[in-house]
Amino acid sequence: MSNPTSHRLLIEAGRTERHYWKDLWRYRELLYFLSWRDILVRYKQTVIGVAWSVIRPVLTMIVFTVIFGKLAKFPSGNAPYAILVYAAMLPWQFFANALSESSNSLISNANMISKVYFPRLIVPCSAVVVSLVDFLISFAVLAVLMVWYQFIPEWRIVTVPLFLALALLASIGFSLWLSALNVKYRDFRYIVPFIVQFGLYVSPVGFSSNVVPGKWRLLYSLNPMVGVIDGFRWAILGGDAQIYWPGFLLSTGLTLLILYGGIRYFRKTERIFADII
Amino acid sequence: MSDTIIKVENLSKKYLLSHLADKREQLFSRLLVNKIKDVGARLAGSIKRNTVQAQTTEEFWALKDVSFEIKQGDRVGIIGRNGAGKSTLLKILSRITEPTKGRITIDGRVASLLEVGTGFHSELSGRENIYLNGAILGMSREEIKRKFDEIVAFAEVEKFLDTPVKRYSSGMYVRLAFAVAAHLEPEILIVDEVLAVGDMQFQKKCLGKMEDVSTKEGRTVLFVSHNMPAIRQLCKTGIVLGSGSLIMQGNTADCIDIYSHSDARKAATIVSHITKLNSNIRIDQVTVNGNAFDEVTLPSCCNELEIEVLGEILMPLRMEIEAKIVDIYDMPLAFFSPGHNQGKADLCPPGHFHLKRKMSLPPNINQGEYYLNICLAEPNVVVFVDMPRAAKLLAEGVTTKTGRTIEYARGAGWLFLPES
Repeated sequence: MSNPTSHRLLIEAGRTERHYWKDLWRYRELLYFLSWRDILVRYKQTVIGVAWSVIRPVLTMIVFTVIFGKLAKFPSGNAPYAILVYAAMLPWQFFANALSESSNSLISNANMISKVYFPRLIVPCSAVVVSLVDFLISFAVLAVLMVWYQFIPEWRIVTVPLFLALALLASIGFSLWLSALNVKYRDFRYIVPFIVQFGLYVSPVGFSSNVVPGKWRLLYSLNPMVGVIDGFRWAILGGDAQIYWPGFLLSTGLTLLILYGGIRYFRKTERIFADII
Repeated sequence: MSDTIIKVENLSKKYLLSHLADKREQLFSRLLVNKIKDVGARLAGSIKRNTVQAQTTEEFWALKDVSFEIKQGDRVGIIGRNGAGKSTLLKILSRITEPTKGRITIDGRVASLLEVGTGFHSELSGRENIYLNGAILGMSREEIKRKFDEIVAFAEVEKFLDTPVKRYSSGMYVRLAFAVAAHLEPEILIVDEVLAVGDMQFQKKCLGKMEDVSTKEGRTVLFVSHNMPAIRQLCKTGIVLGSGSLIMQGNTADCIDIYSHSDARKAATIVSHITKLNSNIRIDQVTVNGNAFDEVTLPSCCNELEIEVLGEILMPLRMEIEAKIVDIYDMPLAFFSPGHNQGKADLCPPGHFHLKRKMSLPPNINQGEYYLNICLAEPNVVVFVDMPRAAKLLAEGVTTKTGRTIEYARGAGWLFLPES
């Protein structure tokens, strides 16, 4: 028989779930299964399958290397320009994919949301996890590039997971905001592709952030991805790649703020998702 | 055990209906424009602020002050018309949506099955979907692995486990989906009208499974259905909802009785089924067995149907009641015509009229759903009023000595013939 105290559940108006985080933990396997589903389904009935997750960043990298490195002749320090670009391409693609996938995630899972209970936070998070898998695949390409250019990274490369974690937090933060807003205001379906496209140019993907004049550097760091990308470059390129610390701290602080706000907003609105979706 | 497992107190749920009913109202830009206009108007000191956005919203109480208690191990049927609040109640109980007022205390884990196959992905195979659906319903991977063979056997899809479910027949799809849900192990199982799909045999199997879950394992089952025989078979007690309020809680038979006679079913009267009406006739009321609503339960034996029509005519008419019993495919099964029987129809004088005819039904009508089509006609000449499917007849059927209830849907036809 049931143990009454262990599963007592109280449903009341305006009550935030006391067991929310425990529930989230209990449903962790759902996170795994949803991501697994999306990955399985993703490349069904495509000819080259997983190669798509490699082709996109590689082609962008080639274009940027030619335009910024060869034509505009931006500096790249001691590293090959292709690696400079690719090191930034990795976190950027991750962030951009996570944003586009997760902002629609709640709506594309609307039937689940209106028929089953589970912590809704899982849905956008699983979309981020799917992008993370793409990131790992693309990361393998970086290794190939390094062999090609005979570029040997320094010890700093072991700090990549740290910056990846920062990218993850930024992605989740933005995803929570956008997915929750998208449930109510479908405008965000149009806003997100714009953010992603625009962001590629205002983030230091095709060029090093050193080309930004010193007095603008702090302002530039208001873009949370600036910190992440600089971090990736610092870890992967080594040598004279430097982190601009005040900017990095500002970026990180902003990321955490957005994440905190995202969780708050998501928690506040998820209670009415089923009614308005 | 008879301790309370679910306690619902003064539960209410309000929805806001926007009468512009316009999706664009939800657009962010629209909202921004309205906000700006609003602010602008306020700055300008205008008093017509509210006319800027003449969006009329109306409150709609899907549930109002509903209180009840459910004991451990009960099988409770929740019945009521469409729109009575059944689904809203289930959604609140399963934490999909929040109540506006009131509280619910639940002592146990809840698993709800509001739709068969929620989260199934058509591209994935049967095997993959079992895991996915199990996870969505709250099972752990270990649990699913343990029950995998049982689920597959229950669903009878062994051969197609690695086929994408988009190539499944709808029957297989439903079987697989129910099988996963049926193997959940919650203390409380909430099931919405999901058995409407699938063939009779499978429905039987599902009902049997739910009964098992409750009697053998002591679980509580909440079951919503419009299928009264199923409710009668499965549930010990019932809850009747009508336009958002609790009408009664009690044993199943009483609940079904109340449901089929009370205002709980106000939504559809027999009169509402009129499709053809002569301009000289006004119909005030039509009843079958004294009941103005369009559902009649036929017990297994010795039935009569009394059709009564009240109204007014502007000119004298030779008018008689005629009726047909048809099956769910509108295939006629039986015809009733006092006019043909007596050779002529009486002449009704102008003014109010009151027609009342009684037909006797054969005994041993097989279990199933039939419809009664009612007409007012001058036999062989003209039909004045037509009411196709005026009432649904729910026959409870004959249970034979083998313990089998003979069903129309399983090919037995509509009568079970006795030996002479």
